[in-house]
Amino acid sequence: MKASEAIIKCLIEEKVNTVFGYPGGAIVSVYEALRKSKIHHVLVRHEQGAAHSASGYARVSGKTGVCITTSGPGATNLITGIASAYMDSIPLVVITGQVRSDMIGRDMFQEADITGATESFTKHSYLVKEANELPRIMKEAFYIAATGRPGPVLIDVPSDIQDARIDFVYPEWVDIRGYKPTLKGHIGQIKKAAKAIAESERPLIVAGGGVTLSHAEPELLSFVEKTGIPAAHTLMGKGALPSGNAHYVGMIGTHGFPEANAALSKSDLLIFIGARIADRTWGGASEKLLENTRIIHIDVDPAEIGKNVGTQIPVVGDAKQILLDLNEKVESKNTAGWISEIQSFKKSGTRKETQAVNPKYAIKLLSDMLSDEAILVADVGQNQLWAARNFEDRMGRKFLTSGGLGTMGYALPAAAGAKLAAPERQVVAVVGDGGFQMSMSELGTISANKMGIVILLFNNGRLGMVRELQDQVYKATSGVDLDKNPDFIKLCEAYGMKGMRVSRDAELEAAFQKALRSKGPFVVECMVDAHESTL
Amino acid sequence: MNRHILSVLVENQSGVLSRVSGLFSRRGYNIDSLSVGETENPKISRMTIVVQGDDHILEQIKKQLNKLIDVIKVAELDVHQSVFRELALIKVKTTMAARASIIEIVDIFRAKIVDVANDTLTVEMTGDEEKIEAFINIMAPYGIVEIVRTGLSAIERGNKEIKKYEED
Repeated sequence: MKASEAIIKCLIEEKVNTVFGYPGGAIVSVYEALRKSKIHHVLVRHEQGAAHSASGYARVSGKTGVCITTSGPGATNLITGIASAYMDSIPLVVITGQVRSDMIGRDMFQEADITGATESFTKHSYLVKEANELPRIMKEAFYIAATGRPGPVLIDVPSDIQDARIDFVYPEWVDIRGYKPTLKGHIGQIKKAAKAIAESERPLIVAGGGVTLSHAEPELLSFVEKTGIPAAHTLMGKGALPSGNAHYVGMIGTHGFPEANAALSKSDLLIFIGARIADRTWGGASEKLLENTRIIHIDVDPAEIGKNVGTQIPVVGDAKQILLDLNEKVESKNTAGWISEIQSFKKSGTRKETQAVNPKYAIKLLSDMLSDEAILVADVGQNQLWAARNFEDRMGRKFLTSGGLGTMGYALPAAAGAKLAAPERQVVAVVGDGGFQMSMSELGTISANKMGIVILLFNNGRLGMVRELQDQVYKATSGVDLDKNPDFIKLCEAYGMKGMRVSRDAELEAAFQKALRSKGPFVVECMVDAHESTL
Repeated sequence: MNRHILSVLVENQSGVLSRVSGLFSRRGYNIDSLSVGETENPKISRMTIVVQGDDHILEQIKKQLNKLIDVIKVAELDVHQSVFRELALIKVKTTMAARASIIEIVDIFRAKIVDVANDTLTVEMTGDEEKIEAFINIMAPYGIVEIVRTGLSAIERGNKEIKKYEED
C-alpha cells in the first residue's frame, strides 16, 4: 500500500477516531487516505487551533491527540500549540507534510525546517527518510507521546515518501534503548517518604498536573483521607482533589489562595506530587521556607527533581503507582490543629459593588449551576484566574488551561477538542476579549460541528492582566486598550450562534440557564469593569 | 566552576548532534568542547563533551541529556581513571633560520610535521589539553597562522565499559 495509507492504518491501529487538521499541497496524499477512512477529520480554521483542539481532546479523552497539517506555514502555525502542549505535558502526535525529500534544503515553496524549529519543545521528532520505516516511527511516536512524562511528538513526512509503496506490518511492540521511563517508585525512597510523613507535624500535599495526567485522583483522595494531611494544588493540579473535601486547602502560587500559601510557608514537610514547582507556583512562598521544611518530590521526570527547588526525598515514577505503594505504608495522623490553623489564614473578601458584572461571582454562580461532570476550559489572563479560583472542583469535573506557556487563544479551540472527546458533558470556555479575538476563527469550527459549548466571554475592553500589572508598576498603561472591539454577539450570530450580553450580576442566572439549555454553541458576554482586579 | 568530562552514547542518526548542542545553548550550559564519532557498533556514536558548571548544573545536564530519546547512556568520566587525547593541527610561520629550532621543539613534544612549505610548517600534535596548550605557547613567538583542534576524546582505563554502567 501507499505510505500515506499506512499512516492512516497506523492511526486506526492506535484507535484514533478523531484528528484535527488543515490540508495543503504537501499532505494531500494523506488526506486522500483519510477521506477513505472512518476517522473523523475536524477542519480547524487556523493550524494553531488544531494543536490546541488536539490538546483539549487529549486531556479529556485520556488518549493521545492527533493533528495533521501541511508543510511550511501549515507546520509553523502549529508551533505555539505544540509548545503549549509540551509545557503542560500533553500527549500529541503531530503529523506534518514536507516538500519532496530530494528537494529538502533548497528553500522550496512552503518548505520549513519544522523538526528543527520545534526541537526544544517536542518530546521527540522524526523526519521520515525511508517510507518503510513509517509504521515503526508511528508506533514509537504514540508510545513516546503517552508514556512516562507525556508530550508532543512530531512526524515530518516528505510528499514523495507519502506516495511511496510499502509492505505494511504494524510492529507489535516498541523497543527504544534510549527511552525506558521509570514508572514504579523506588521502594526505599517510598519508605523514606512514609517515615518523613510519620515524623512531620505540619505536612502539606501539593498536587500538580501530573496527578490528573496519571489519573491518580482516587489514589490521592485515599492518601489524603488515610493520613489526614491537608492538600493544596498548583494551577495545573486543579481538579486533583474535590474542593469540598475537608482537607482541601486550594491553589498555591503567585495567584493562589492566602491560606494555601500560608500553609506552604508554615509547613515542615511538603509533598509535591507530579509538579514542576515552577516560578509561578513557588512564587507565593517566602525565601526562608527551605530552611524550615523538608521536601518529598514525586515526579515521573527525573529532570524535574531538584531543577527548581532542592529536595530531600526524591521519588521518581508515576504518581498513581507511587501513591498506591505509599498508601500501604502511611498511617493516620492527627492534623486537626494544623488544618484549623491553615483555615484561620482564610481572608473573606468583601465584594465591591460595580456597575458591571463581577466575574468572580459569575464563575461561582456558573460553577453552582454546572453538573458534576462539567469541563471548564480557561484561557489566559485575568479570566483564567477568576475561573481557577472560583470554579469548584468535584470528582469527575475537569479544568483545562494553558498553565506553563500561558498561551492566549487556547480556550476556544481546546474547548472544541474537549467537547468532541466528551459530547455528552457540559463544556464551558472562559475567555477575555483579548484571547477570544486570538482564536475567534475557531467559531467557524465550533459552529460547523454544532458543538454545544458555552462561551463565557468577559469583556473589559482591554488586556486586563497587563493593565493591572502596568498600573501596579508604572501607574500608567500602555498598549492594552482594545479599541473598536466588534459587537461580539453580532459576530457570533454571524457564525450562526446564539448569544446574550449581560451587564449586571442580576441578569447572570437567566443567561446561564438559557446557555446551558441551548443545544448548539451559546455565548454569554459579560461586561466587566475595566479596573476589576485579578484576585 | 568545575570542568567535567561526559561520555555520551547516542543513536548514530542525523539530528542527534543538533539535539544535544541545542540542549546546551537553550538551557545556557557552558560547553568547552564536543567531539563525536562512530563506536564499535556503527548504529551508536559516542560523544565526549567537556562542560563547566557546579554540581547542580552538572546534574541537570546529565538528566536533560538522558531525557533525549536518542541518548542511550550518559556517564561522567573519572579524571584519574581515564585517558584523554586531543588532536591539533598547527600551522606555524617559519624562515630558513627558524626552521631548525622549530623542528627541535616538535621533537621534544613528540609531535609530527605533516607539511612543509617555504614559509610555513604544519605540525600534528596529539596529547592532553595541557600539552597542546604548552606547545602552542612555545610556537607563538614564531607566529601561528592557523590552529585546528578536535576537542577532547576520552576513554576509561582498564576493562571498564561505559555501556555496562548502571544508571545514575
